[in-house]
Amino acid sequence: MNLEQAMDIRQQKILAALENKNTSVHFDDALDNQMILNMGPQHPATHGVLRLLIKLDGETVVACVPELGYLHRGYEKLAENVSYHEFIPHTDRLDYLSPLMNNTAYVLAVEKLIGVEAPKRAQYIRTIISELARISSHLLGVGALAMDVGALTVFTWTFREREKLYDIFELLAGARFTTSFTRIGGLAHDMTPEVKTAITQFIDQLPEKFDECIKLLNTNRIFVERMDGVGVISKEKAVAMGMCGPNIRGVGIEHDMRRAQPYLVYNELDFKIPTFEGGDCLSRYYVRVNEVKESIKIVRQCLEKIPDGPVHANQPKKVLPRKERIYTKMEELIHDFMLINFGVNPPVGEVYHAVEGSKGELGFYIQSRGEGHPWRLKIRSPSFMNLQSTAMLVEGRMISDIVAILGSLDPVMGEADK
Amino acid sequence: MRYGFYISMLTTVVEKIKTQFPSFILEVKEFRDETTVHVKKEDIVAVCQFLRDDEECQFNYCSDICGADAYTPENRFEVIYNLYSIPLNQRIRLKVFVEEANLHCPSVTSVWQGAEWPERETYDMIGITFDGNDDMRRMYMPEEFEYYPLRKDFPLMGIPDSIPLPRK
Repeated sequence: MNLEQAMDIRQQKILAALENKNTSVHFDDALDNQMILNMGPQHPATHGVLRLLIKLDGETVVACVPELGYLHRGYEKLAENVSYHEFIPHTDRLDYLSPLMNNTAYVLAVEKLIGVEAPKRAQYIRTIISELARISSHLLGVGALAMDVGALTVFTWTFREREKLYDIFELLAGARFTTSFTRIGGLAHDMTPEVKTAITQFIDQLPEKFDECIKLLNTNRIFVERMDGVGVISKEKAVAMGMCGPNIRGVGIEHDMRRAQPYLVYNELDFKIPTFEGGDCLSRYYVRVNEVKESIKIVRQCLEKIPDGPVHANQPKKVLPRKERIYTKMEELIHDFMLINFGVNPPVGEVYHAVEGSKGELGFYIQSRGEGHPWRLKIRSPSFMNLQSTAMLVEGRMISDIVAILGSLDPVMGEADK
Repeated sequence: MRYGFYISMLTTVVEKIKTQFPSFILEVKEFRDETTVHVKKEDIVAVCQFLRDDEECQFNYCSDICGADAYTPENRFEVIYNLYSIPLNQRIRLKVFVEEANLHCPSVTSVWQGAEWPERETYDMIGITFDGNDDMRRMYMPEEFEYYPLRKDFPLMGIPDSIPLPRK
């Protein structure tokens, strides 16, 4: 098959899917009005490489078919061929706006599989970095949403705050973007006092700066009117469609893994789960804004409560030893050799562990056959499930609402495409 | 370990499925406080419908659907359903086997509408067709791609010339 024929088949199938779509909106006169518009994959409002095929009646969307796969890198296939430790850097590239969260989610799933629990201090640090990652992701989500509907200033202001966060990540993990900070049974290294001071300084000044950004939006009539009542989804539909994260809390369902099935140290902390009843873009935006404030609270509590102690579980056959000990101790050298060459070898079985990622329920399903690498690893990506509702949400709306709806769903294509 | 706090509720769920569908259940497995129920392929829609609607189950949220390749002569492929109940805060995992000779499985989109994309993804990656899902197109790979990449006999490096590339 040559390229032209192949492209032809693909386009025909997508067009057929668009034409066959059940829709409640109809043309007055199909001959006069029908138009098919291709949006993306290179479109700034799609937050990555998402492609939407839209059938229009004038400016009204009649049907929409999202096309994914432009960023598909086959991480699930790759996971079957690398050891459990070697997959940690790949989790950075899933939701590239909150890599620390993905690192934590993945190692928690592996730890559940092999039956190791990280020490208290490591768990506190993991909670702190997860919440910082959530702040970072929501700052971008809010800023980009505002930019999509025309309020450009907020984007530069929230990016200024994210820049400070990236400086902290660099101090903490040695890298700004691709952190790979967690290890099975612990962390790459302990948090230094300088990092603690930097985080304290950051969360002390953030509420004021964030309120400045939010004031620009909440009192902005154009912003509110473009969001209010746009992209409404009902409670039942949101649950049936598998929506998650801030989007499902935006319809008034208190579904949050941190509260429902507490992992790390979330059951020792005092925080609220913000929910809003509207189910529209504005509610989803308000949930994100309030979650940033709750995350600040969580980080502050963790910094007060964090105990001293080791950050690696004392299980030498499962947890990578420290570098300085490998060079001086015989046992550590042997364990390092075995772990690097043969892997952690968990028992035969399967686990699914989900955490509340910044975009929603981020789960890892692992099938193990007792080897050093997973037999099958499935990533339950929240952006993928959130994007599924796009077609339903934009139907019957104006074409300019598409960017507002996409921005309020806050998908990351690195995660949706895996 | 700390994972065991929702186990007591699940035993009632498993008992309920067993009494309701005695002939449908092949096996029940426990590992790390997670319950996996093997179900006959033909009955998966009935079991899912029951799990969603029953008072003590209420699995109204389909977390994920995925396929796996066991690479055995019999029961080569499996489809895995990770279900969650928002009101009762419990998880269960269902599993069906799909033979290599008959790569069809009933679709559960009538139970959870959101199962559509995960089923499409499973079709794309493993090659199992879901009967009843109207939109069985490839999710990630190009439409003209002839292979299923997550099968164990698909090489990691890919197959040369399997995707036509644009000429320079």
